[in-house]
Amino acid sequence: MTLKECYAALGGDYDGVLSRLPSEKFVQKFVLKFVSDGSYDLLLRSMEEGNYAEAFRAAHTIKGVCQNLDFTQLYRSSSELSEALRNGCSPEAPALVERVKADYQQTLEAIRAYQASAGL
Amino acid sequence: MEAENGLEAVSALQKHRTEIDLVLLDIVMPEMDGFEVLSVMNRNHWIEDIPVIMISSETAPAHIERAYNLGVTDFITRPFNALIVHRRVVNTTLLYAKQKKLVSMVTDQIYEKERQNTLMIDILSHTVEFRNGESGYHVLHIRTLTEFFLQQLLLKTDRYSISPADIPLICNASALHDIGKIAIPDAVLNKPGRFTDEEFAIMKTHTTVGSDMMDNIPVHKNDPLISVTRSICRWHHERWDGRGYPDGLKGDEIPIGAQVVALADVYDALTSARVYKPPYSHEKAIEMILGGECGTFNPLLMEILQESAPLLPERLQGGEQGSTSLLEMRSAAQEMHHYEELSASERTLQLLEHERMKFSFFAAMSQEIQFEYTCDPSMVVLNAWGANYLGLKETVMDPMENPRIREQISEANRSSLIRIINSATPAQPMVSYEFQLTLDGQPRWCRIIARTTWSGDEPPQYTGVIGKAVDIHDSQMKLAALERAASHDTLTGLLNHASAKKRIVNRLEDERDGQFALVIFDLDHFKTANDTYGHSFGDEVLKFLAAKIRESIRGADIAARVGGDEFLMFLAYRGNLEPIISRIYHSISGSCYEQFPISLSMGVARTEMVGTEYDALFHAADQALYQVKRSGRGRYEFYNETMRNMLSVISSIDSETSEANDADEPKGDNE
Repeated sequence: MTLKECYAALGGDYDGVLSRLPSEKFVQKFVLKFVSDGSYDLLLRSMEEGNYAEAFRAAHTIKGVCQNLDFTQLYRSSSELSEALRNGCSPEAPALVERVKADYQQTLEAIRAYQASAGL
Repeated sequence: MEAENGLEAVSALQKHRTEIDLVLLDIVMPEMDGFEVLSVMNRNHWIEDIPVIMISSETAPAHIERAYNLGVTDFITRPFNALIVHRRVVNTTLLYAKQKKLVSMVTDQIYEKERQNTLMIDILSHTVEFRNGESGYHVLHIRTLTEFFLQQLLLKTDRYSISPADIPLICNASALHDIGKIAIPDAVLNKPGRFTDEEFAIMKTHTTVGSDMMDNIPVHKNDPLISVTRSICRWHHERWDGRGYPDGLKGDEIPIGAQVVALADVYDALTSARVYKPPYSHEKAIEMILGGECGTFNPLLMEILQESAPLLPERLQGGEQGSTSLLEMRSAAQEMHHYEELSASERTLQLLEHERMKFSFFAAMSQEIQFEYTCDPSMVVLNAWGANYLGLKETVMDPMENPRIREQISEANRSSLIRIINSATPAQPMVSYEFQLTLDGQPRWCRIIARTTWSGDEPPQYTGVIGKAVDIHDSQMKLAALERAASHDTLTGLLNHASAKKRIVNRLEDERDGQFALVIFDLDHFKTANDTYGHSFGDEVLKFLAAKIRESIRGADIAARVGGDEFLMFLAYRGNLEPIISRIYHSISGSCYEQFPISLSMGVARTEMVGTEYDALFHAADQALYQVKRSGRGRYEFYNETMRNMLSVISSIDSETSEANDADEPKGDNE
């Protein structure tokens, strides 16, 4: 699996990211880092605890990271979620959390598969 | 350098301010968001030296505008292009580096210009003085004296509209006060004897000539140096009483600069040699001026002269040695004052950096908690050792709200600490506070020594606290052990008489309306036990007795060994005392220690009857005890009025052999 195929699998814009960031190597480094970022866990935990300010920040961080890496699909759902949480928990937030969950899982699986096939 | 959130960013800025060239800042962060970081940077004026580029996915114009208003240099929206970020960082850094370089260039230029300026004026005025045959020091002295008097004047009054920045200007102008002498013929100027009226009239024209020269300078007419020099040239021979020349101005009609130069001129003329006179001593000169022999002056200036006269000779000497450079330094520094917004020079930054390094070295070496608290934002920064010791982060926001700190310092201690810190003043900024810190659930004594910090405003504002906390637990425990040893009887572990007395007196004072009883008792036939079984057996009996005593009293009661086999108890009671005493008596008396039967003789005195004076109480209980011993021992007795004139046991410690066979029949025997 190539990085380009990985991007296709997670619903990202490979050409877009390469046009902004210096090299494939550079992009690869941050794609792999994405797996260990704690924001997703923090998001779920904060939602469970009803700490919506913290959940907003976590969603916002995911959104920022995805935007920079051109993980378009997860960027869209996390962006909508962070808007839905900006002023506390709005009615549409729970459904968006589910979307973020699905998109995150898809992204994670794609990266894991890429990692495995590239022997990283 | 990376910071995970706004709070860490602020703490990193505080620590490494001089090393940071640029900050890349996000908006949405935990603990403290980007806007708050910018506010802190604004309040501390860091934003003036450190450029900030904001990177955020917030694209709302309101956010971007707010960021720019808070002083960010650039705003980059996500998703960012790495190359663009890189370019902008490099550009901004270069821009700031250039600005810093320019600042130091301008500083050096100002410094150099100031130096040359002073030099030119000194050359010019010296030309005039040289013709006059006066020592080259006259101009220097006038400068030094003028500066000194003006500084004193500023401290004393705000009546004159002189700012600290005007002082170098007036000093420069003062050097030119006699420039009009250029037009006075040699024959008059350097005449050794007295002037004729005509010659004096010519001499007087140096004032008007000087001012005319200034008026006729074709360019720079509006330069403050020209106008100030003009007024000094023209009016430095005016007198406070209006009898001077050329215009006969009176009082504060004479510009203050000219008044000050006139005084400086007179003082220096008196203390220097002239063709027509030898120099007078400093003291004589002051005496002559204050005595009104050399004209009349502003009373305020006379006050200053009188108060600061002792400082003058030293000032002048200092002026002669490093004179020009010293003055230059000062005026350059004052000039820098004007350009405050140019921030500190490179040199100052290096010094700061050196101090910071020194501080962090010593902080790391010493095994103590060091802290710095700032009010705005409310946070405490700990040294690494202290943070580790307390299990805290090095930077803690709102320390009094931090749950771990609230666990470590009890609420009562926190409020005392705040109260003590609030009691500090700029004049007495040091405070110290001892309290028990709770570490891992264990109390430890610790002492905080701290200094409050204050702003340079008038009046100074409280800005924070720096200080350290040292562990004094071991020494405090040693002290407590010593105190305990000093107040307790070593054999029985009961209180000794002196400390029991102290406690009883306190109780009596605290609870004046309480009902108390003082009980004194001793062991019957104790001497027999000692004689029969030996002294170590006797000691064991006393210990046994002490244990019995402890069992039979309540927590608030006081028990002590008075000495030998004498003991006392002090207890509060309500209602009927008799059953209480009976219970105590029987719980101690009647048992046996090995083969030795414990039997007590006991005297009891009540505050109700005797009053709350300790000595009276003790004496009464003692007399009751004596009564018991006289009548055969082995019981207790309450003090009553009939015992008033009896002898005391304590004063004539009985021997076990003397029998109280001549005693009256005991009354009110309760057994």
